[in-house]
Amino acid sequence: MSVLRARALHKRYGALDVVNGLDLEVAPGECFGLLGPNGAGKTTTLRLCLGLTHPDAGDIELLGEPVPQRAREARQRVGVVPQFDNLDPDFTVAENLLVYGRYFGLAPGLISERLPALLEFAGLAGRESARINTLSGGMKRRLTLARALINDPQLLFMDEPTTGLDPQARHLIWERLRRLTQEGKTLVLTTHFMEEAERLCHRLAIMDRGSLIATGSPRALIAEHIEPQVVEVHGNGFEAWMEEARRLAPRVERAGDTVFAYAADIAPVLADLRGRPELSFLHRPASLEDVFLKLTGRDLRD
Amino acid sequence: MRWTAVWRRNFLVWRKLFIASVLSNLADPLILLFGLGYGLGALLPSVQGMSYIAFFAAGTLCSATMFTASFEAMFSGFSRMHGQKTWDAILYAPLTIDDVVGGEIMWAASKAWLSGTTILAVAAAFGLAHSAIVVLVLPVAFLVGLAFAAVGLIMTVLAKNWDFFSFYMTLIMTPMTMISGVFFPAEQLPASVLAVARLLPLYHGVELVRPLVAGRLPGGIVLHVAVLLGYAAAGTALAIMFARRRFSA
Repeated sequence: MSVLRARALHKRYGALDVVNGLDLEVAPGECFGLLGPNGAGKTTTLRLCLGLTHPDAGDIELLGEPVPQRAREARQRVGVVPQFDNLDPDFTVAENLLVYGRYFGLAPGLISERLPALLEFAGLAGRESARINTLSGGMKRRLTLARALINDPQLLFMDEPTTGLDPQARHLIWERLRRLTQEGKTLVLTTHFMEEAERLCHRLAIMDRGSLIATGSPRALIAEHIEPQVVEVHGNGFEAWMEEARRLAPRVERAGDTVFAYAADIAPVLADLRGRPELSFLHRPASLEDVFLKLTGRDLRD
Repeated sequence: MRWTAVWRRNFLVWRKLFIASVLSNLADPLILLFGLGYGLGALLPSVQGMSYIAFFAAGTLCSATMFTASFEAMFSGFSRMHGQKTWDAILYAPLTIDDVVGGEIMWAASKAWLSGTTILAVAAAFGLAHSAIVVLVLPVAFLVGLAFAAVGLIMTVLAKNWDFFSFYMTLIMTPMTMISGVFFPAEQLPASVLAVARLLPLYHGVELVRPLVAGRLPGGIVLHVAVLLGYAAAGTALAIMFARRRFSA
């Protein structure tokens, strides 16, 4: 039994295949992350799953309902946190929640019953009469998250939930999202923050050019796709050293004026570098970001 | 009936900004009504058997209803759709774009109805209405509001930016106000211009409201009501069609 299932999904805008043969399955209670560079098709995928955009081909089932045919019924039990806050600027904090609850046809009594807990969750208790333009970016994000919970959804879609937030605000959002998974809610989020994906998600899919190119837990993806050790090297003569490095490590990459050497046994690389004071280097374990860059390339996506 | 949640959202904002909102919708038409009505009216013995101010009150009622509906549907609607992304937020809930468009049209028509009704009340208070039959203006004002709200919302869902509305206002609404019998009887226009006016909703609104203010039943009620209903129905259908296209992209 899955909460969300998409099969052979296609969506084309003009000559561009934005979503191209995508298969997706999300199990109940998991936090599922959709990773990809800008323009990979993440937001379009979310919109397709919500029934806001109709696919050119493929099937979607959201909470047991076929989408887009019965998207309205499915959305009754779904919450959405969009990439850009669209709180109602004419309303106070509490009015935003009240008005949003009405869109789900919730009784006024039920909404006011849920309000205190949601305000506490958003860290906005005591601020219910505050106007939206007096809130910080982090507060707005948390209110948007609380708004998405007004209908007590089984599944929460989040499009880049922490983009544009400072580290304090981001950590608070992460803490709240972990609380939601502990309560048994299913989370589907898109992000291009590897740290976010690694910390929050039980399972990830890396998406590029409209289709999934890898799926698995963060650890499994690292184990499967990349050598466990990395050395980053820069300084005078790094280009010459790159040739040397190719003999010492199975995979060597360059990005600008930095060389990345990947290996399971990194000792020969480190030994060589200790004799080269003109080069500075950083040795670290391989991360999800290395997997991401390996699979999607280092080219800029604008 | 899911559109009612959208209507209630707009109503709540309106209630919070009540004074500014009412003032901006009513100050202009009322100043125009009394300024032109008494000023110009002093020069005119009577128009179609009415005092000029009574004649003009019926016209003002219709044009104010038209302007309120159009402004709400276009400028406020575009701000909610494009600037604030309020529609996007609503669409995550179990509402569809059809519900949103329906709610917006009904809201703009309601607000327009309030403008028309207030002008009617002021006109009645100044002794310009002569018979209880004048209450029939109330449904007519709503119908005029509905027709212009629907057409205005077509403009909104087609608009790329704010400038788009000035074309509609300058090229369509202003000339329409001039030829639809708001300021002077449309019958004195050249036949070809009158023929154009008869295709437009404002003319039919004025043709209904003016006799009612004067205390008699209008002639050709069925035709006038049918044209207004036609604009409302076709306008709503087109607005929904274009909105679906815009929001599924």
